[in-house]
Amino acid sequence: RANDRDYNEKFPYADNHIRTCKYNVFTFLPINLFEQFQRAANAYFLVLLILQLIPEISSLSWVTTTVPLVMVLLITAVKDATDDYVISPLPHLPPLPPLPHLPPLPPLPHLPPLPPLPHLPHLPPLPPLLQADILLLSSSEPYGLCYIETAELDGETNLKVRQALTVTSDLGADITKLVDFNGNIICEPPNNKLDKFTGTLYWRDNKYPLDNEKMLLRGCVLRNTEWCFGMVVFAGLQTKLMQNCGRTKFKRTSIDKLMNTLVLWIFGFLVCMGVILAIGNTIWEQKVGRSFSVYLLWDEPIRNNNVVFSGFLTFWSYIIILNTMVPISLYVSVEVIRLGHSYFINWDRKMYYIQKDTPAEARTTTLNEELGQVEFIFSDKTGTLTQNIMVFNKCSINGKSYGTSSRTACVDFSFNPLSDRKFKFHDHSLLEAIKMEEPSVQDFFRLLALCHTVMPEEKNEGDLVYQAQSPDEGALVTAARNFGFVFRSRTPETVTLYEMGTAVNYQLLAILDFNNVRKRMSVIVRNPAGHIKLYCKGADTIIFDRLDPSNHVLMNTTSEHLYVGFYTTCLRTLALAYKDLDENVLEEWMKRLLYASTVIENREEGLADLYEEIETGLMLLGATAVEDKLQEGVPETIACLTLANIKIWVLTGDKLETAMNIGYSCNMLRDDMNEVFIISGHSAHALEPELEQVLLETACLCKTVICCRVTPMQKAQVVELVKTNKMAVTLAIGDGANDVSMIKTAHIGVGISGQEGMQAVLASDYSFAQFRYLQRLLLVHGRWSYFRMCNFLFYFFYKNFAFTLVHFWFGFFCGFSAQTVYDQWFITLFNIVYTSLPVLAMGLFDQDVNEANSHRYPSLYRPGQLNVLFNKRQFFLCTLQGVGTSFLLFFIPYGAFCLVARDDGSHISDQQAFAVIISTSLVIVVSVQIGLDTYYWTAVNHVFVWGSLAVYFAILFAMHSDGLFSIFPSHFPFIGTARNCLTQKSVWLVIMLTTVACVMPGLAVRFLKTDLYPTLTDKYRPRCNAHPMTINANRTITPGETKPRLVSEEHFLPVLSGPLTVGLCP
Amino acid sequence: MGKAKANAGPLARRPDNSAFKQQRLPAWSPMLTAQTVLPFFYGMAIVCVLLGVWLLVTVQNTHELKVDYTHTGSCDKCFEKRKDRANANQSCNCTVVFNIENTFKGDVFFYYGLINFHQNLRQYMDSRDDGQMIGRNKNLKNPSSYCEPFIKDKNGLPIAPCGAVANSMFNDSFTLLYHSAAGSRVVPLFRKGITWYTDKNVKFRNPQVENKTLTLAQVFEGTGQPLYWQKPVYDLDPWDRNNNGFINEDLIVWMREAAFPNFKKLYGVLNRAIEPFTDGLPAGNYSVLISYNFPVEYFQGRKEVVLSTVSWFGGQNNFLPVAYLVTGCLILLLAVILTAVWWKFGEFSVDF
Repeated sequence: RANDRDYNEKFPYADNHIRTCKYNVFTFLPINLFEQFQRAANAYFLVLLILQLIPEISSLSWVTTTVPLVMVLLITAVKDATDDYVISPLPHLPPLPPLPHLPPLPPLPHLPPLPPLPHLPHLPPLPPLLQADILLLSSSEPYGLCYIETAELDGETNLKVRQALTVTSDLGADITKLVDFNGNIICEPPNNKLDKFTGTLYWRDNKYPLDNEKMLLRGCVLRNTEWCFGMVVFAGLQTKLMQNCGRTKFKRTSIDKLMNTLVLWIFGFLVCMGVILAIGNTIWEQKVGRSFSVYLLWDEPIRNNNVVFSGFLTFWSYIIILNTMVPISLYVSVEVIRLGHSYFINWDRKMYYIQKDTPAEARTTTLNEELGQVEFIFSDKTGTLTQNIMVFNKCSINGKSYGTSSRTACVDFSFNPLSDRKFKFHDHSLLEAIKMEEPSVQDFFRLLALCHTVMPEEKNEGDLVYQAQSPDEGALVTAARNFGFVFRSRTPETVTLYEMGTAVNYQLLAILDFNNVRKRMSVIVRNPAGHIKLYCKGADTIIFDRLDPSNHVLMNTTSEHLYVGFYTTCLRTLALAYKDLDENVLEEWMKRLLYASTVIENREEGLADLYEEIETGLMLLGATAVEDKLQEGVPETIACLTLANIKIWVLTGDKLETAMNIGYSCNMLRDDMNEVFIISGHSAHALEPELEQVLLETACLCKTVICCRVTPMQKAQVVELVKTNKMAVTLAIGDGANDVSMIKTAHIGVGISGQEGMQAVLASDYSFAQFRYLQRLLLVHGRWSYFRMCNFLFYFFYKNFAFTLVHFWFGFFCGFSAQTVYDQWFITLFNIVYTSLPVLAMGLFDQDVNEANSHRYPSLYRPGQLNVLFNKRQFFLCTLQGVGTSFLLFFIPYGAFCLVARDDGSHISDQQAFAVIISTSLVIVVSVQIGLDTYYWTAVNHVFVWGSLAVYFAILFAMHSDGLFSIFPSHFPFIGTARNCLTQKSVWLVIMLTTVACVMPGLAVRFLKTDLYPTLTDKYRPRCNAHPMTINANRTITPGETKPRLVSEEHFLPVLSGPLTVGLCP
Repeated sequence: MGKAKANAGPLARRPDNSAFKQQRLPAWSPMLTAQTVLPFFYGMAIVCVLLGVWLLVTVQNTHELKVDYTHTGSCDKCFEKRKDRANANQSCNCTVVFNIENTFKGDVFFYYGLINFHQNLRQYMDSRDDGQMIGRNKNLKNPSSYCEPFIKDKNGLPIAPCGAVANSMFNDSFTLLYHSAAGSRVVPLFRKGITWYTDKNVKFRNPQVENKTLTLAQVFEGTGQPLYWQKPVYDLDPWDRNNNGFINEDLIVWMREAAFPNFKKLYGVLNRAIEPFTDGLPAGNYSVLISYNFPVEYFQGRKEVVLSTVSWFGGQNNFLPVAYLVTGCLILLLAVILTAVWWKFGEFSVDF
């Protein structure tokens, strides 16, 4: 209720305070920490930390876990904080100071006499950004019009118009009247539908229907409007914009799931190790330790009575020591790598569309490696495969077809001063017909000029720009304009045309708007002569059903034109029709319309029924055909992706014929194909459970699948069907609001920022401007991401096993007492300092095959689909390698040093020296291993690998220095060990032997693999790298031409059996 | 995340054309080809075998002699005596005789060895206070709790040095005798210079006091000796006043805990200034006079005396040369297999 604070405060309406950030300065730490410890891994390490504080079982200082844990938490916290600060959903909206306490229905108990009113938001031109969902009451423009831009909401930049109710727009800027305004609004509960609003205003005993056309939503920007008054309906978190910010379902990659399983396995393995060692300890205590107790007096009760208890304590001690097998830094490293890959996608110039200044954008940072595993692509047609730039191309008027091939000269529109210079049409006969003033042709273009929702913008006299929500409409209105029926301006109740130069005012009585179900729109206008006409345009099948029977012959001719001339050339068609209306019938109908539009429940259906009722018995005028050109590079991209064994299904709302034509022009359909599956959405029952499987199996047998006439919901169903049944990674790509559900359903959603607004992009995980970039996203970025992630994981697990299991072997020599092999500082720093950066560099920069060859040999994409680079078998192998390495790392130094002396005779077989030798060997071995695993040595890799080694030695000597020891004698007991060990030649002999023994077997296995079972990568790598110049030279490719040459496996093999220097197949 | 840059314009959002951002960083892509891998394997094999042979030759020129004296010869009676803890304070001396067949040339080192003594148990290793050993007065009177229960003696005095490690210090002492035709004579041993420099000069310091005139005994006043010790820490070396307290070299050597249950620790170095030991230990008959104090029968341990010379890579060590030889041969074998495989199945015959 407006202006009644006391009444409104009785309800719990949201106030207008919105926090788009999750944290503030004070709450950040507790909230973020709480969230982080909800992750299983972090919680596990916290438990471990607590275990370490128990002195009986603490085999390691608590520092060893704390330092990595704190670093991991810190890195994650910094990332969360920057995410929250930089990428909060609405960075532009200030936290709304101007409306201090604003219940949804603003009351005015004591009246301040002067504007700006504190309660009725008076919206000044600066800043024109709206802060709440507001019912427009009046504005500075005539008829209570108000122009807004909704880029913030849906990304559409065209102007939209909103109009106040006539009764309220009379309030104007009169403050006293506004203050007296005491309407009641009853409306739908807050929801996230940006394009719908249902409500009713009760004021002065009248009911007024409210719809979206009268609402100004939070986030809109006022344009061309000085001021407006409104009544706040939703505020704060209840606004549609905020309701829309709900987090979409969190997507996880298959590698993620595998990783979690593996971590669980490792955990199980850890427990097994603990149990084995605990049993070992029990036996040892029983047999040996008992007699040794003379030197360890304190455990008397344990020794004498309960060796099992000793084993129990040892179990926990070993859990602490061996915890590095479950690497704490794994998750954070994986996130860093994915973030890096996302940035590489954002930075890629070859996915930047210069015409629209649109770079590619990775909107999700967690899915990159999945891009290398895609098997199914579901593509929209319009705007995705095609440009969605519509050109009026042909028409059929009253049984006569106009529009010919582009070879004839363009029609000269100079007679018309208001024509659009860019418009081209190639059939002079149409212009002749216009000049002959044929009534049907005139009516045809009059309809096109009247029946639409386009907004004109006339900056200078005669310089018209149309703001159209759909490109089809824009094309049609522009066509009418050039043929002399210029749509000049509109008010809510009138439309002004310039018909062959003379202004004609039409009274707009009703707009029967377009939606996906109706597939048509109509206007009812009264022309200056007083005749009332209904003009209707819509999908041909729909219109044909509603024609007056007298149109039978004309309908047949027109549909013949449609089938013969239009469909076959991929044109989008609309049929046009009109109907003369009787004044009385209309009046009665309008009353019912008014009633129906104030009903709250089922208003849509009620209106649709009413519309249906009046849109019958139409008289056919003709049909239009608008051409939608294919985007650049689409056939090549599709061919290339097909070679990469990716199945592409086209899901479109278009007609079967149009869809097939697109299929032909995209190379997806060829005449020699006999395994083509085309299904129409009319057969929707195919998606019912019992037929699902049949559909899926049939579809998967075919090379090409095209689904036409599918609704957005069906698109999502198809994706869901494949996703759940085929266990394959799916990718959905689309540009319009009708693709949103499909994009959200698929594993990976890609949005094309095209002509149809931003909704698809907002729902997507990746977005770019052109379909052809998909090839690069998958074959280059996806492939690399997958390859890097797999190599990273392989190495990471290997490294931690090699590092940790040395303790297991040492257990057999130290009476299973959980004595660590290494210095505790080494344990602390190994994962986060000594070995983190080289593997990160590999995870970020490695390339097995360069980008040109990734395009050239699409079959290189196969390993990702088959998931062969990292799976449970690979994990087993890397575990094996890690175990083997740890074995050699322990036993070679053991054999060499257990009874050896230094060259000055003093002993070196003490535990500290042993620790230094093993840790140095370990760092060197894993560094050599990463060197072998790295395919692509950039300067960064060199710096990180050599730098890590340097840092290791620097820290080693610093930790073993006199200075640190004299300050903290109990924390740095290794004083001097590094110096005394690493100056020994025998130590270096041992380190060298260990390195050789650890690395050579792996190297040999890898060489054998490359030799006996070469992967595609192995096959192509030498060619690519050895002769890049030869290929270029032979092909005489000009520098600008980067179009990849596609070579299928079959073509490639025979060609290369000849001399290497021969270029690739033509 | 596409960041809008400050400079507006038609290409404002165009990504930078840097090699880093476009992933075109110049790089080296090494490859595992037969031409690189096989020579590397052969090279590695040769290096390892050659090193192995060289080390083997070097090791052949070193000598080592081990004499187990746990209950050999006259030490048998001491062994029996030490079985009973009541006799702990009674001294027991015994002699072990052995023969050196070839002259030990060069520096000769005298070690004592312990078998089956676990210096590497976690609780044992932790039971020490480095703060006390570096001479901090606070820790001297108030040792770290890690030393528990070897922290206070029965009079309630703090133990210096505290902890299980120091408590179990090896306390046999040896006199090596050379029996030549000219009669028996004591083989002179340096009993200092047997530790790492850093241990002797940094890690272990006696407590610092302002009054420099105080004797070591006065400095350690108010502390008790470890339970199993017969002498206080300031009286470990009766012959050299400067070798007492925490910087006693035998103590330092003992405090460097061995990594494995079988270990040897340096006892002394042959003083080659005196004839006839200028060239090392001459061949002949020797005996060791042992003051047998350290009990090993509780843990089925053994004690031994080791005489050894060293080479450029340390003491006698057969493992290293053998390991090198074995590794070298294995790599050679691998190399041959790889070559065969490559020849038969490799790039020569594979498709393409």
